[in-house]
Amino acid sequence: MKTWSWGNIPVAEHRLLPLTWSDSAPDFSRAEGPFLAYGYGRSYGDVPVNDGGALLQTSSLNRVLSFDRDSGVLHCEAGTSLQDILSFCVPAGWFLPVTPGTQFVSLGGAVANDVHGKNHHCAGTFGCHVLGFDLVRSNGETMWCSLTENKPLFAATIGGLGLTGLILTVKLQLKKIVSNLVDVENIPFANLAQGLDLFKQYNASTYSVAWIDCIAGGSALGRGIFSYGEHSERRSITTPANRQVSVPFNFPSFALNKYSVRAFNEVYYKKGCMGTPGIQQSYYEPFFYPLDKLLKWNRIYGKKGFYQYQCVVPFGDNDEGAAAIEKMLTLISHSGNASFLAVLKVFGDKQSPGILSFPMKGITLALDFSNRGARTLALFSELDKIVINNGGRVYPAKDARMSADAFSRFFPQWQEFEQYIDDQFSSSFWRRVTEGLK
Amino acid sequence: MNKILIVGATSAIAQAVARQLAELEKDTAQFILVGRNVDRLESIGTDLSERFGCVATSVVANLDALDDIDALIQRCWDTYGGVDIALIAHGDLPDQAKCENDWAEFSRVYNVNALSYMAVMHALALRMEKVRQGTIAAIGSVAGDRGRKSNYAYGSAKGAVAIFCQGLRNRLFSKGVHVLTVKPGFVDTPMTAAFDKSGPLWATPDVVAKSIVKGIVSKKNTIYTPGFWWLIMTVITNIPEMIFKRLSL
Repeated sequence: MKTWSWGNIPVAEHRLLPLTWSDSAPDFSRAEGPFLAYGYGRSYGDVPVNDGGALLQTSSLNRVLSFDRDSGVLHCEAGTSLQDILSFCVPAGWFLPVTPGTQFVSLGGAVANDVHGKNHHCAGTFGCHVLGFDLVRSNGETMWCSLTENKPLFAATIGGLGLTGLILTVKLQLKKIVSNLVDVENIPFANLAQGLDLFKQYNASTYSVAWIDCIAGGSALGRGIFSYGEHSERRSITTPANRQVSVPFNFPSFALNKYSVRAFNEVYYKKGCMGTPGIQQSYYEPFFYPLDKLLKWNRIYGKKGFYQYQCVVPFGDNDEGAAAIEKMLTLISHSGNASFLAVLKVFGDKQSPGILSFPMKGITLALDFSNRGARTLALFSELDKIVINNGGRVYPAKDARMSADAFSRFFPQWQEFEQYIDDQFSSSFWRRVTEGLK
Repeated sequence: MNKILIVGATSAIAQAVARQLAELEKDTAQFILVGRNVDRLESIGTDLSERFGCVATSVVANLDALDDIDALIQRCWDTYGGVDIALIAHGDLPDQAKCENDWAEFSRVYNVNALSYMAVMHALALRMEKVRQGTIAAIGSVAGDRGRKSNYAYGSAKGAVAIFCQGLRNRLFSKGVHVLTVKPGFVDTPMTAAFDKSGPLWATPDVVAKSIVKGIVSKKNTIYTPGFWWLIMTVITNIPEMIFKRLSL
C-alpha cells in the first residue's frame, strides 16, 4: 500500500498528474479534481494528501529562471528542492534565508507550509523572504503575487497549505555567506528551565535549537543539549563526499520501545555532555540537516507509521508558556510513548505575511511518536488542551489527527483565509479540520 | 570537451545529462540544444546558464525531415566552431498495437527512433572524423536487444540504432572519435507516463544520466543503465528462440 506523507499516515488513493513544464498545467475545467500540488511528500500527515482527488506532481518543475549572484535574488520553478538550490548557491556565496530541518523539500512546499528553522527568532519564517510567486488558479489565470501585487493572495498562499492554487515559480531573497562552514557550540543542560535560559542567553546568535530527552523524568525532566551557531568566516572546505545511507526496510514494530529509546537518549545525552566544549566548525549539512544523511529514516517507525506533534505556546506574562511545556513533557514522559526526536526552540516576534502561518512568539516543542493507535491519540488530545488553554497552536504540516474543534481554536483566522481557497483545490487535511465547521 | 550538442534536449534524460555535464565543465561549457519547442529549449538553456554560468543556444528543428538534418548539424557545428560531445536523446515510445494495424504509424516510429538518429550520427561522423576527435552518445534501449511482441516496433528501431553505432564505432575508432551506445531500462520520464512505476526496475533520469556522463568520460562502448540490466538482458538474449517464441515477456 502506498502512503504519501513522511509519517506514513494515512493511506490514500490519488490520480497522479506529473507536471513537466511550466506551460503544462492541466486544463482544470476538463480534468477531474479536487487538485493539490505535491512535491517530495515530506510533510508528515495529511497536508500533502488528497484522498480520491488528483495530485499535481511538481518535482520535474525544477528549473532556475534567474539567479543574480550580486543581489542574491533567486527565481526558480516551485518543484526545485532546497537541496538542489544549496548545491549551486552555497559555492556562489549564498544561503537559504530560512531552512527547515530537511533539505529534501520543494520550494513550493516551503512557501505553502511557511516553514521555519533554527533562526526563527532573528529571521522569521520562509515566507518573510519570499519576494513573489506565480500562482495558477483553476480558472486558468496565472497571477504574480507579492507584497505589492495581489497582496491578499500572497498572504493567503504563504502558509496556505497549497489550497489557493498551484504555486508555479517562487522568487526568493537569499542570504550572503562567506563560508560553507558553520561555527557551532553544543551545551548540555540539566532541565527545562536551564534550557530556556540558554535560549535567552544566546538570543543574539543567528541559529539556536535544543534536543531534549523526553523520557527522563523528575528533576531531569527536559534535560537536553542546546546548540547555537553562526555562518563561519573561515575559508570554505571542499564539499565532503556524500555518505548517505538508506534505511532499507520498515523496522518491525517492536524495534522502538521504551527501553531502546531510553537507551538511545541516555547515550545521546551523555555523548553531548562529554563533547569538546567551545566552538567547533561544522560543514553546513550536518548542522542544518542531521537526519538527511539517513535516507528514509521514517521506516524506523515501521509499517504503522508515526505521528509528529509540534506545538507553540506564547511565553505568557508570568512564564505560563514554560509551565505549559513542563506540563506537556511530564505527560509525555509518563506515557512512555515518546521517542528520540524531540526538539525545543524559541520563536521570535517577526510576523510572517501568511494568514495561516504557524509560528508565533513563544516556545515550540516538536516530538515524534510511534503510532500506537488510540493511546497515542488520547495523549495528543491532552496536549491539545494545554496548547488551547495557553493560546498556542499545533503545526498543520506535521499533523494527521487534530480535531476540527481544536483547529478552529488554534487558527481562528481560518475563516478569513477560506475566501482565498481555489474552489478546485483541496486536501485531506483541510476536509478533516473543517468538517462540521461550515 | 566543452562544446556540447544535445539533440532532443527537452527529454528528461537529456536534461539530466546536460545539468551534470554543465556541473563538470562549469562556465566553460557551451551547449547547443536542439528540439521542437523553443520556449522549453530556452528554459533549459536559462537553467544551465543561471546555475553554472555556461552558455546555451537553442536550435528549433523537426527531425522528421531527414534530408534537412545535414544542414541542421552544419548549423550546430558552426555555432561554436565544432562539437566535442553529442548526445542524441529524442524519441517516441509508440503504441505497439497501433503500429501493427497502421503502417504509416510504424514508418513514422522508424523515422523518429531510428532513421533520424542515423542521419544525425552520419552528419556528425563526417565532421568529427575530419577533426579527429569527438564523442557521440546515442540513446538506445534494452528493448533493442531482442524482439518481443509487446514492443518490437520501438525495439527493432532501437536495435537498429545499436548496430549502426557498432559499425560507426568500428569505423571511427582509428580516427579518435568515441561512440557510446546507451541502453537504459525503465526510466521514470514523461515518455513512460502511462506505466505503473512501482517495482524495483524503475530508475530516475538522474541515475541514468550519471552513468551516461561516466560512460562519456571513461570512453565506454556500450552501457546498460542501471547496470543490472546487463544481467537481465544477458539472460533474455540467451533464451533459445524455440522457447522464446512461446513466451509473453
